[in-house]
Amino acid sequence: MDLALIWFLLIAVLWTGYFVLEGFDFGVGMLWPILGKGVDAQDTEKRRRVLLNTIGPVWDGNEVWVLTAGGATFAAFPHWYATLFSGFYLPLLLILVALIVRNMGFDYRGKRADATWKANWDKAIMIGSFLPALLWGVALTNIVRGVPIDADMEFTGNLFTLLNPVGLLGGLVFVALFLTHGAYFVALKTDGPIRAEARAFATKSGLVTAVLAVVLLLVLGLRDGSIWSWLTTAVAALALLGSIAANARGKEGMAFTGTAITIAAAVATYFFLLYPNVMPSSTNPAFSLTIENASSTDYTLKIMTVAALVFTPVVLLYQGWTYWVFRKRITTEHIPAPQDPGRISAGTL
Amino acid sequence: MDALDLARWQFAITTVYHFLFVPITIGMSAIVAYFHIQWVRTHNPDYLRLTKFFGKLFTINFALGLVTGIVQEFQFGMNWSDYSRFVGDIFGAPLAFEALLAFFLESTFLGLWIFGWGKLPEKLHALTMLLVHIGTVFSAYFILAANSFMQNPVGYEYNPATGRAEMTDFLAVLTNKVQLVTFPHVITSAYMVGGAVIMGVSIWLMRRGTPAADVAMYRKSARIGAIVTLVASLGVIVTGDLQGKIMTEVQPMKMAAAEALYETSESCAPFSIFTIGTPDGAAEKFAVTVPCVLGYMATGSFDKPVEGINPLRERLIAEYGNGSELVKDATYTPYIPVTYWSFRFMMGLGFVTMAMAAAVLWATRKGGTPRSTWWTLVIFGAPLAPVFANSFGWIFTEIGRQPWLVYGVMTTATGVSPSVSSAEVLISMIVYTLLYAALAVVEIKLFTDYVKKGAEPFEQPKTPDELSEDSPLQFAY
Ligand code: HDD
Ligand code: HEM
Ligand code: HEM
Repeated sequence: MDLALIWFLLIAVLWTGYFVLEGFDFGVGMLWPILGKGVDAQDTEKRRRVLLNTIGPVWDGNEVWVLTAGGATFAAFPHWYATLFSGFYLPLLLILVALIVRNMGFDYRGKRADATWKANWDKAIMIGSFLPALLWGVALTNIVRGVPIDADMEFTGNLFTLLNPVGLLGGLVFVALFLTHGAYFVALKTDGPIRAEARAFATKSGLVTAVLAVVLLLVLGLRDGSIWSWLTTAVAALALLGSIAANARGKEGMAFTGTAITIAAAVATYFFLLYPNVMPSSTNPAFSLTIENASSTDYTLKIMTVAALVFTPVVLLYQGWTYWVFRKRITTEHIPAPQDPGRISAGTL
Repeated sequence: MDALDLARWQFAITTVYHFLFVPITIGMSAIVAYFHIQWVRTHNPDYLRLTKFFGKLFTINFALGLVTGIVQEFQFGMNWSDYSRFVGDIFGAPLAFEALLAFFLESTFLGLWIFGWGKLPEKLHALTMLLVHIGTVFSAYFILAANSFMQNPVGYEYNPATGRAEMTDFLAVLTNKVQLVTFPHVITSAYMVGGAVIMGVSIWLMRRGTPAADVAMYRKSARIGAIVTLVASLGVIVTGDLQGKIMTEVQPMKMAAAEALYETSESCAPFSIFTIGTPDGAAEKFAVTVPCVLGYMATGSFDKPVEGINPLRERLIAEYGNGSELVKDATYTPYIPVTYWSFRFMMGLGFVTMAMAAAVLWATRKGGTPRSTWWTLVIFGAPLAPVFANSFGWIFTEIGRQPWLVYGVMTTATGVSPSVSSAEVLISMIVYTLLYAALAVVEIKLFTDYVKKGAEPFEQPKTPDELSEDSPLQFAY
């Protein structure tokens, strides 16, 4: 198999890693107003801290998957990186701003006791989790459908080119899928009322996701589908339905694995639909960026391949270990008492 | 302003902003790891308190380093797509390596460190901060290798068929001779910053009239910070001196621009500390100069000539011609006032920092506490001076390279994204500027609030075995 093709696969793997991992923390962020709402202000605050602490140690590591996907695209497919990032300028700007305020929210929310401070960062977390989920969906779906690209590999559309019905549907599917994935994660990582509510919510959002996702994959598949993409589409749909069934029976681990598989299969479907292009041109198929014409030299790809084969397992190992270290369920009882702002207790480092 | 100018300003603003936090992260992670390891080794309560206290300040700073870095990663493709196409084959690899080897390490182990209290055995816990530090050093190595390629392109070949630069030797890219002097210069200057931040904060707390036992603790951290700063600054000077020679070799114009030296100086070229007049060479009204220093800095010898801007420009025009597809700007001369002054501010602020660190060591010897109000200057000046020295260092390095984007190969004017309109760049510029300004306010407020609280009282940390299923988390957001 030639190296450019391997890298096409590896980029798909990196996006899969990103969406499987950051997908649930986007979901948790979006669930703030739903699972993070208690009977009174005090309960609400405790619940939000529970949610925050389920992802606290891991969200940054999750996000590095997208930095790696970006860096790897730059190195393996410079033209893809250049056309995509300069073409989708404003959506990417929005994604960046959203990620910035969300990350700051995770880090800074607990660092002061006053209510306005927390309420503002809460908004940052909610919006900052929703927008990237939506916009990644819009962007990737548009890539698969094809966007106007000229003979010089330059994007010639604008923001509104991307806001077409199928693109927006793609965005909604990402949001719904991550909400469900996040709810399973909360069910898996907490106990008490939050856990029960997360499960109930996941069943509902899972059904909505299933409907939306099936429509989307049919629309995409009917135009460009191959046998392989139909296969992965089927896997995605089955895994999603399986997860809903598992959730109904209280098998939270299985349900979470189910949406993880759905995400992986959905990314695989997108990449099968793309193949052999990386960014099809809707202006003229001859102008499309392909695995062939967008890639780096074999020399660069060889070095990158060795690095990926050696270091990705190491990363997976220590990231996996982190999840194991923080494997315990968290409940409102585990949350240390509200901090006294005059004194920094052991619980507020 | 057109898209090119805006993109340049945007790159300058966002990178310099990113680099306000980067050296603090690199320097402080080393010292916090040291405190933590000392705690595990000696079980002296002071070390645990210092670990937690400075660790908290560190995480407040890290958050901003992290989010501003994400912007950098995307910016090459967004604003500099033609550049990305041209060098992606070479430049992308170090960036990908940085993410794979450094960012995963930093982010994962920082999560483990922050939330690891009561979850990890204590030795392993101390190790996680060390790994964070190692991650920051890896990160610096790879990104500086990428930057060094722009300063002195090596290990590649231009392929006329694809119109791209293609990598032929990755090892050569990683061991670029510019990289070999830039990396130690940047790392040691980051240690200067880390030491100075810890020193400044500690002195402030010492003087505040904290309990006597705490004063002794802060004296210890102030002295550790001062020593780190002083030792690191020696490294900065030595490596800076080496950089000067390499730079004269690979980019003679930059050295001439650093001195605003218009005509070649035949021997014993003087270094001017200060000039009033027009540094465009037309008139010099007043200057303080030190004989021979420039000659030594540039060539390592007192009597070799140092080439001036005018003859160099002619030589460069002869060599690279008056413009081609990759060279749209045939001036071959950077903007001299900026190179001249940024070089001096970098060095000057470095010397100021050294002097302050020495003064702190002197004033805190034998249990002394710095008393007079003049020390307020040190408290704020010592951390800020090396941070800004870093900014000026980068401004000098990057502006001194202009009009080249990749030296000798591609000028900045040809690297910008053709499909991005100036309106789009303007929008993003306004958004980043407002957002970054707001974040700066929040960060400074939070940082000073936490400094004012001081280190928390000692509390024996619980080991994982002492905790039951129902114990509250030892650390929670
Ligand atoms: C000499 C060191 C150095 C230099 C020149 C740069 N950075 Fe940086 N960067 C770091 C040293 C660093 C660091 C020490 O590793 C940071 C600082 C704070 C932090 O969170 O990690 C970081 C963070 C950081 C992050 C976030 C990592 C994470 O999520 O953990 C990204 C994506 C970048 N950087 C990217 C860049 C790019 C594209 C640069 C070039 C323009 C750049 N940095 C210059
Ligand atoms: C490795 C990666 C880097 C790349 C690819 C890079 C590239 C560039 C580019 C494309 C520009 C805009 C063109 C220009 O006006 O010069 C620029 C300018 C600049 N960069 Fe870098 N740079 C890198 C690293 C850095 C770092 C780490 C800093 C430090 C903080 C820095 C500081 C600056 C400054 C101050 C300017 C302004 C120069 C100007 O506007 O003329 N650069 N650089
Ligand atoms: C005697 C003191 C110093 C000398 C002789 C010196 C020399 C140099 C030179 C020649 C360069 C340009 C390298 C190039 O473009 O090829 C440079 C860059 C730089 N300097 Fe310094 N420097 C000194 C002090 C400092 C101090 C005190 C700091 C910060 C604390 C600092 C931070 C930097 C940084 C961040 C850069 C840009 C990155 C690089 O190219 O290395 N320098 N320095």
